[in-house]
Amino acid sequence: MTDRSTKSAKVAASLRRRHAAERRFRLYGMGAVAFALACLGLLFFTVVSKGYTAFQQTYVKLPIYFDAGDIDPKNSGDPKVWAKANYQGMAKKSLRGLFPDVKKRRDKRALYKLASSGAAYELRAIVRENPDLVGTTTDVWVTADDDVDMFIKGYIRGDVAENERRISNKEMAWIEALVADGRLEKRFNTTFFSAGDSREPELAGVWGAAAGSFFTLLVTLALAFPIGVAAAIYLEEFAPKNKLTQVIEININNLAAVPSIVFGLLGLAVFLNFIGMPRSAPLVGGVVLALMTLPTIIIAGRAAIKSVPPSIREAALGLGASRSQVVFHHVLPLAMPGVLTGTIIGMAQALGETAPLLMIGMVAFIVDIPGGFTDPATVLPVQIYLWADSPERAFVERTSAAIMVLLGFLIMMNLTAVWLRKKFERRW
Amino acid sequence: MGKADDVTVLLLMVILLGLSAWAFHSGRRQALVLSNGRARTLHSLPEYYGFYLALCCATPALGGFVVWAVFEQQIIEWFTIAAISPGVRLDDPAKLDLLLNDIRNLANGNIISRAVDPDLQAAADYYLGLRDLSFVALAAGMLALSGAGVVLGWVNLKPAFRARAWVEHFVHFVMIGCSVIAVLTTFGIVMSLLFESLRFFQMVSPIEFFFGLEWSPQTALRDDQVASSGRFGAVPLFAGTLLISLIAMCIAAPVGLMAAIYMAEYAPVRLRAVAKPMLEILAGIPTVVYGFFAALTVAPLFREWGAAGGFLISSESALAAGIVMGIMIIPFVSSLSDDVITAVPHSLRDGSFGLGATKSETIRKVVIPAALPGIVGGLLLAMSRAIGETMIVVMAAGLAANLTANPFQAVTTVTVQIVTLLIGDQEFDSAKTLAAFALGLLLFCTTLVLNVIALYVVNKYRERYD
Repeated sequence: MTDRSTKSAKVAASLRRRHAAERRFRLYGMGAVAFALACLGLLFFTVVSKGYTAFQQTYVKLPIYFDAGDIDPKNSGDPKVWAKANYQGMAKKSLRGLFPDVKKRRDKRALYKLASSGAAYELRAIVRENPDLVGTTTDVWVTADDDVDMFIKGYIRGDVAENERRISNKEMAWIEALVADGRLEKRFNTTFFSAGDSREPELAGVWGAAAGSFFTLLVTLALAFPIGVAAAIYLEEFAPKNKLTQVIEININNLAAVPSIVFGLLGLAVFLNFIGMPRSAPLVGGVVLALMTLPTIIIAGRAAIKSVPPSIREAALGLGASRSQVVFHHVLPLAMPGVLTGTIIGMAQALGETAPLLMIGMVAFIVDIPGGFTDPATVLPVQIYLWADSPERAFVERTSAAIMVLLGFLIMMNLTAVWLRKKFERRW
Repeated sequence: MGKADDVTVLLLMVILLGLSAWAFHSGRRQALVLSNGRARTLHSLPEYYGFYLALCCATPALGGFVVWAVFEQQIIEWFTIAAISPGVRLDDPAKLDLLLNDIRNLANGNIISRAVDPDLQAAADYYLGLRDLSFVALAAGMLALSGAGVVLGWVNLKPAFRARAWVEHFVHFVMIGCSVIAVLTTFGIVMSLLFESLRFFQMVSPIEFFFGLEWSPQTALRDDQVASSGRFGAVPLFAGTLLISLIAMCIAAPVGLMAAIYMAEYAPVRLRAVAKPMLEILAGIPTVVYGFFAALTVAPLFREWGAAGGFLISSESALAAGIVMGIMIIPFVSSLSDDVITAVPHSLRDGSFGLGATKSETIRKVVIPAALPGIVGGLLLAMSRAIGETMIVVMAAGLAANLTANPFQAVTTVTVQIVTLLIGDQEFDSAKTLAAFALGLLLFCTTLVLNVIALYVVNKYRERYD
C-alpha cells in the first residue's frame, strides 16, 4: 500500500512539474510572438514619432519691397532680366527692416540666415506669376532656415548652454520676436512632396526620388512580368522533364537566395562596363532589379499555374484545342490573379531594394527631377540612405518622413495583392 | 543618351507597334481573301495569319534595335578615335579613355576636366554628328527590317500555310528563351565575378587575401606614401560578418522558432489570423528602414546603456547591427519553421498524446525532431540571408576592420566593404576596386553553398511526408 501511495505522490509531484513546464513553454511562445510584434510596433513608433513633424515646415512672413529699380532697372519688361534680379538682397533688406537695431556685420549675417537660401527662388517665382507686385511692398511667406524650423519644432532646445546649440541667444530673441509678431508659422510642407534632393534640409523633397523609383519600377515591370510569366508557363506546362529543365529549376531556386548586392556587382560589371549603359540611370537600375525579382515572379507564377485543376486542361483538349490554346485561352486567365499577386509582391521587393542600386551609381546627389529612363536619378530607399547619412538634425525627420512615404507605397501594393487574392481566389 | 533620345526611341517603338498592328490586320484580311470568304478552307484560324505577319514585322526590327543598343556606343567611339587628328591622338589606353570621356561630356554639354581646344571641340562635334547619324540609321534600319519581314511573310501567306503551328513554335522558342534567362543571369554573375577576381589575384596573392589579418584597401596616390600598397587580408571581414550574423541568429532562431511553434500549435485561430500577417509585415519592411532604425535608435540606446553601466559600447557596435538584423530575420525563420511544423502528420502527435505526454513534451520530443531537417534548412537559409544582408550593416556597422569577437566593438563586414569600395570613383585597373569583386565572389560562393545545402535538406525532408 505504502509503495503505491508514494508512487502516486511521485506522479502527482511530477505532474505539477510537468504542467509548470507546459505553462512555461507556452509562455515562451507567447513571449516570442509578443517580442516580434513589439519590435514591429517600436519600429513604426520610432519612424512616425521622429518623422511626423517633417510634414510641416516653418515659414516666415517678410514684408518684401519688390523694387522696380532692382528687378528691372531699364524697364525692359524682359522676363530674363527679371529672373536675374537680386532677390536674395530683397529678403535681406526686409529682414534688416524688421530688426533695424542689428548693426554688426556678424549679427547681420546671422540675421540673414533666418530665411532659407531658397527664399530667393520663391520670391522670383512670385514675381514671375504676379508682375503687378513690382514696385509694391507685400507680405510674403518664405521658407525659414532649417535651424529655425528645428527650434520652432522643439528639437533645438533653448535651455541648453548657448555654445552647445546651433541657435544663439540673439537668434532666439529674433525668432521669439517674429513669433510674437505672427510672422513665423508652421504650415503644411509642400516642398517635401514637390522638390528633389538638396543640401539644405528645408529645400529637400522626395519627389525626385519618387519619380526615379517610378521609372525604375516601370522598367522592372516591363521586363520581369512578361519574361517571368513566359518562363513560368514554359516550366510548368511545356518543359520536358530532362536535365536542362532540372538545371533551370535549381538555378531559379538558387537565384532567389543570392544576396541582392551580388546583382549590383553584375550590373556594374556587365551593364555599365561591358555594354556601356549610362550610370545612375533608371534603365540600368530597372534591368538589375528585374533580374533580381524574376525568380520571385517565376516561383509565384508556377504555383498559380499548378493550382489550376487538370480537368480544365482536359476539357479544352477534348474540344480540340491545341496545347498552346489550352494554356493561353484557359489556364493562364484562371492563373492570372495568382500571377499578379506574385508580381506585385516582387515589385514591392524591388521598390524597397537599395544595395544593388548603390553599385550602379544611383547614389549620386541629384537635384533635378528625372524625366526619363536615362536621366541620372535616385530612388526612394537610396534617398533614405543618403539622408540618414547627413549630419543636419533636420534631415532626421525628413528621413523618417521619406520612410513613411516608402512604407505607404509598400502597404498600398501589398494591400492590392491581398485584395486581388481575396477577390479572385477560387476553390476548385 | 539624353531625354530627347528617350522620347524618340519611345516614338520609334510606338511606330513599330502601329506597324505590327497593321500587319496583323492585313494578314488576317489577306487570309480571308485567299480563302474566298470560306474560312474553313484555311489551315488555321484567320487570327493566326495575322499574328504570323505581325511577328514577321516586329521581330527583325526589335532584333536590330537590340544589336544597335549594345554596339552603338563602341562603334561611335571607335570612329571618333579613328577620326581624332593625330595631334590629340594618344596610344595609352587610360589616357584615351579620359579623352573619350571628355569628348562625351563636351558633347553632352557637361563640364570637362581640360581646356576646350578646337581639336577637342571638333571631335565632340564629330561625335555628336555620328550619334545623330546612328540614330537616323537605326530608324531607317528598323523600318527596312520590318518592311522586309512583312514582304517575306506575305509571300508565304497561302491557305495551306500552317500559321498556327508556326506561331505556336515561335512562342514556344520565346518561352524557352525566357526560362534560360535565369541560367544566363547566374552565368553572368559567375563570369563577371570570376573575371574581375582573377584580375585582382594577379595583383594581390590569394594567400594574402584568404589568410591575411589586415585589411586597409587604401592605395596611395604617390609611391612614397605610407602603406602605399594597401593590405588585402579578408579574414577580419569574414570574422566581422560571422560575428554579426551569429548575433542575428541568436535573436532570430529562438524567437522565430518559438513564435512558429506557438502559432502552429497553441495560438487560437483568431490570434493566428492577426499575428501571422503582422509578422509578415516585418519581412516586407525594406532593409534600409532597419538600417535607419539600427543606426539612429538602437545603437545610441546601447551606447547610453553601456555608459550608464560603466563600460564602453561603440556607437557602431556589432551588437546593435546584429540585433536589428535578427529582428529582420525573425519572420523568415518563423514562416519556414511554421510550414515544416504544420507538415508533421497528426498521427505522430496523437500517438504521443495517447502515451500521456503533455503538449509541450509532444512538441519537444516528437514534433521538433520530426521537423528538424526542415528547421535546420530554414535556419541555414536565414544564415545565408544574414551574411548577404547589406543595408543594415552599411548604416549601422563600422568601416574599420577590427579582428575581434567583442560584440560591443565596431566591426566591418564583407558587404560593407563592397559598398565602400565601389561607391564613388572607380578605376577598373586598381586593386581597390577589383577587391570588391573578389569579396563578391566569396560572398556568392558562401551563400550558394549554404543555399544548396539548405534546399537539399528541405527537399529531402518534404519527400518523406508528402
